[in-house]
Order: sequence, then structure tokens, then C-alpha cells
Amino acid sequence: MKKIEYTAIKGNSLAYYGLLGGLGLVMLIGLLAVWHMEHNGHYVTGMTNQIVWGMPHVFAVFLIVAASGALNVASIASVFRKEDYEPLARLSGLLAIALLAGGLVVLLLDLGRPDRLIVAMTYYNFKSIFAWNIILYTGFFAIVGIYIWFMMDHSMYRFKKQAGLAAFVWRLILTTGTGSIFGFLVARSAYDAALMAPMFIIMSFSFGLAIFILVLMASYNWTGRELGDEVVSRLRNLLGVFVAAVLYFVIVYHLTNLYITEHHGVEKFILLEGGQFTRVFWIGQIILGGLVPLALIYAPGVRNCRKTLAVICTLIIIGGLSTMYTIIIGGQAYPLEMFPGYEVSSTFFDGVVNDYTPSIYEIALGVGGVAVSLVIVAFVIKVLPFLPSSLADNK
Amino acid sequence: MSDCVNQSRRSFLEKSAAVGAITIAPGILLHQVANAKPDDQPVSDSVRWGMLINTNNCEQGCTDCIDACNTEHGLVGNNRPQSDTQYIRKVTLRDKMTGHELSLPMMCQHCETAPCVDVCPTGASFKRKDGIALVDKHICIGCRYCMMACPYKARSFVHEEVKNQTLSAPRGKGTVESCTMCVHRVDKDQIPACVEACSKGKHDAMMFGDLNDPNSEISKELEKHGGKQIRADLQLNTAVRYQGL
Repeated sequence: MKKIEYTAIKGNSLAYYGLLGGLGLVMLIGLLAVWHMEHNGHYVTGMTNQIVWGMPHVFAVFLIVAASGALNVASIASVFRKEDYEPLARLSGLLAIALLAGGLVVLLLDLGRPDRLIVAMTYYNFKSIFAWNIILYTGFFAIVGIYIWFMMDHSMYRFKKQAGLAAFVWRLILTTGTGSIFGFLVARSAYDAALMAPMFIIMSFSFGLAIFILVLMASYNWTGRELGDEVVSRLRNLLGVFVAAVLYFVIVYHLTNLYITEHHGVEKFILLEGGQFTRVFWIGQIILGGLVPLALIYAPGVRNCRKTLAVICTLIIIGGLSTMYTIIIGGQAYPLEMFPGYEVSSTFFDGVVNDYTPSIYEIALGVGGVAVSLVIVAFVIKVLPFLPSSLADNK
Repeated sequence: MSDCVNQSRRSFLEKSAAVGAITIAPGILLHQVANAKPDDQPVSDSVRWGMLINTNNCEQGCTDCIDACNTEHGLVGNNRPQSDTQYIRKVTLRDKMTGHELSLPMMCQHCETAPCVDVCPTGASFKRKDGIALVDKHICIGCRYCMMACPYKARSFVHEEVKNQTLSAPRGKGTVESCTMCVHRVDKDQIPACVEACSKGKHDAMMFGDLNDPNSEISKELEKHGGKQIRADLQLNTAVRYQGL
């Protein structure tokens, strides 16, 4: 295999500074939204005592899940020894760290007491999967950081495979932890399933790769570097497998629930009668996020069309956010089943489907987190040699 | 002579104790709550505080327990029912098959193996040895994972600045809170405000006492007539039990 030459991007064009400025503005708006939420209290958001996790969590969990998936490309190179993926490994590691940082910023700033970050870092309840996640996230930064260092430092390069393996194992555990945040919740009908962990892992493959492809194509296109069809079509085929696998897991999850009588209520809610949640599930998650991308990936007429691939990746991201919306908010909207066989009513919204309208502040915070991720990538590829100078096809 | 005096003194004390027990609250005997710890001693697991709700005595529309709880903890709403705190609420149930209706108070069930305690990342959700589940407001980061985990929807998040705080029940914007079983009263040999109000209103739908003491009123009543856990399938061994469900 030919030697790969990595160079930092120039990043001195007006467009580059425009990009950074634009993302900075989005981050600033996000911060203003946080200030508003924290100053007044969460009542200014769409979140309530019924829907306790809202739009920030949709963005945060999506970014965290995608983060571990973005590392996949590097893992394929170092763990599964596919040399063709080797040139993409650095960017893969960087994007993983950036997405995780963006997701965590959102999660942190939505806390009722974000000023107590130090408490979260110093008081641990080791039975809590949430506490485990704090350790897993911190470890992810460290391990992927070391992995990138070993990839970039010639004196440490010989340990790259070991670091890559460690990062791969860690990312699997991390996404298991993220899925288990929901899988371990016995109280709610929509969660409480061991399948959540592997389903989140397969979702991370799909969402992470979609973002990776978009970032790769954008950075090569905007810097005038060559990106060959070989690399792109390889990633595209891989994406197809992941999208199909996600659909498979979603089908198994719902089929299992449909078989179990006590879950008929929540299934009827999500699949048929849930209003906005049913629409987001079918239109966002299944059709736009699953079936259409799958059809486009394997459609013969648009095989090498980059624009189509960008549309596919965007649809998968929309589908990913829809999936999180359905799981996180739809799962809470369905009432807790405390009294089987009874119609239930109270002043505290027992027994009723809980309504949720996301506020502009929550969305601004979530989008701000995305901007954080993108700013990190845009800045780091300017100061360090992360991108191969060319990814042209082997002649 | 001295025997005579002592006899009459003993008789006087016994009668006083009996009167005292009755006047504190019907159905609640003084010796039940006398198990509360002295101020200078740590909480012990020799007691487990619990409640028994008799839904047959719980009137629909009656809010005595809720009003007492709100007063006791200084809970003032902001006319935002979706985000206002409720420690205790009345739930109306209608049997789908028979149409039979009943009403009951719902609050933190003070589970033995509490999901809120399990999931809390910082340990802010904790259980006292006497079985009371609480939130340490100093280390709660406001992540609301406990609210996701609670099968009883017992917890509220403080969505805005708190007003009307009472000394005995501190609250804080951005943290989670729920029924404390009036821990500040229990530690002073008093019964929870909701139970007291229910008794004062002559409804007698709520009973408080030590579940560990086989001779306590609540244990005897549970032994005699039983009491169900809500979502018993989760095997959380709740400290609040219900009759007539």
C-alpha cells in the first residue's frame, strides 16, 4: 500500500472563517438558551414532571451514540486489519471525540444544577448506570486520545493496534452503557429491555458512519482535496448494511413487545395512536431514516452520486434524531402502568398520554451541541495533520 | 400508705397515656411512634416506617392529606400543573370491567430496593436505615434519572425559584424532591402531616407506624386484613401498602 501523507488544512479562506463564525454564533445562541433556562428554571422549556427528559436529551444521546459509531472506521482499520480504511482512521478518532464532547455539553448544560459538575465527578453511586457512563465517557476521551496519539507519533506507532483494540472494546462498552440507561428502567413499558444495549450499538454504527461520511465529503470538497470513488463507495456499502441492521433490531424490538400482552398498550401507542410520536416513528425513523436511505444506497442509477450520498446521510441523521425522539420522549409520553385493569385519573396527569412541545431553548441547546462538535473538528484539522492530502483512487 | 399512693399514681399515668394516645390521632397509638430515635442517636434499622391506606375510607374529592402536606412542606403552586411539585396526590381508579370506583392517595412508596436510589449517579437519592427514601439536595445535580426510574411517578423536579420555604423542609430550584414521609416530624415522635390530617378529618384512611414491630397497630392491621403493594410485580417491597384495591 502506498504511503499516506497527512497534512493540516490551510484554513485561511473567508469560507473557513465564515464556517467557524457561523458555528460560533450557533454555540452562542445555545449558551443564551441555557442561561435563560437556568436563570428562570426549567418551566420555560417543554419539559415537565411528566416528560422529564426532552429535546436536549434527544440531541445529547444521539451525539453520544454517534460518537462511538464514528470511531468504527478506525476500528475497521486497526482491529479488523482492513488497510483500505487506514487513511480515514485519524479523522474517525477525532470525530468520535468531538461528537462525544458535543453530546456531553448538552447533557451537562441541561442539568438542573450544571454548576455541580464537580459533584458529579466526585460523588459516585456505583450501582447507577449513569455513574458508570460518566466513567465510560471520561475513559473514552482518554483512550481515543491515546489511540490518535499512537497513530500520529511514529515512535508510538507500533502500539497503535493495541490502542485501537482497547478503543474498540471501550466504545462497545460505552454504547452498552448508553443503551442500558433505558434498558435498566423497569418502571416504563417502552424501556426495560436488554435489547436496548445491542440496538444502541448497531444504531451507533449507522448514525456515526453517516456523520463521518458527511464530514469527510465536506472537508475534502471544501479544501479541494481529492476523494476517490473507491473510498466513498466502500463507506456507502457499509452504511447500507448498518441501516438494514438497525431496521432489523427495531423490528425485533417491536415484534417482541407485540407478542407480550402487557406491552400491547405501549405498542399500540407508538405504532398507531400516539399522534406526533406515531408520525415521528413511521415518517422520521422508519421511512426517512431507514427505508428511503436503504433504497437510495442500493439504487443502481445513483451509485456514484455524491449529492445522493449526502442526502442519504442527512436522512439517516434525521432518522437517528427521530429514533431518539420516539424512544426518549415517546417512552415517557405513554403513561406509567401502575393499576392494570383500571382507568386512572389524577391532578398529576396519571393515566393520560403526556403532551410535549419542544421549546426553542431546548432545540437551541441541542443544535449548539452539534456546533460544538463541528467546531472541534474544523479547528483541529487546521492545526494538526488529520486528513490525508489525497484519497484518490489507486490507479 | 406508700403502696396506696403508688397504685393511684400508676393508674393515673396509665389512664393519661391512654387518653394521650387517643387524642393524638384516632387509630394511632402513642407507643407506636415512640420508637422514633432520640435526637442524639443515629437512625437505626430496627424500625421501618410505613403507611397503610384503607381505600374504602378514602373519600373521592377529599384533599385533606394533600392540603396538610402542602402546608407542612411549604409547597406553593405557580398555576403550572405540568411542572408544579406534588408530593402527594389523589388518584381515582375505575375498574374497567365492573365500573367500581375508588380513590387513594399516591406518594413516594419508600421502596426497600428503591429504583431512584439505584439509578442516582451521585448518591443524592438515598435511603435512611429506617426505610425513608430522601433526596440530599446538596448533591442532587438535577439529572432527573430518578424520575425516569420511579414506577410511581412520585418525584417532582423544582422547575422554578421556590417561595415560601419552611425551615423543616428545604427545597431548591433545579433539584428533585418527593414525599419525605415527614421525616422531620417522625424524628420528633410525630406522625406525618397527611396521616394526621386524615385522622383529624375523621376519615381514618391512613395509618402510620413501624412495620418491623409485630405489635404495632399497622403490623397488626396488616396481619389481620392484609395490604397490597402497588406494582408488586417489581418486588420493591414498598413501605406504603393499600387495602381495598
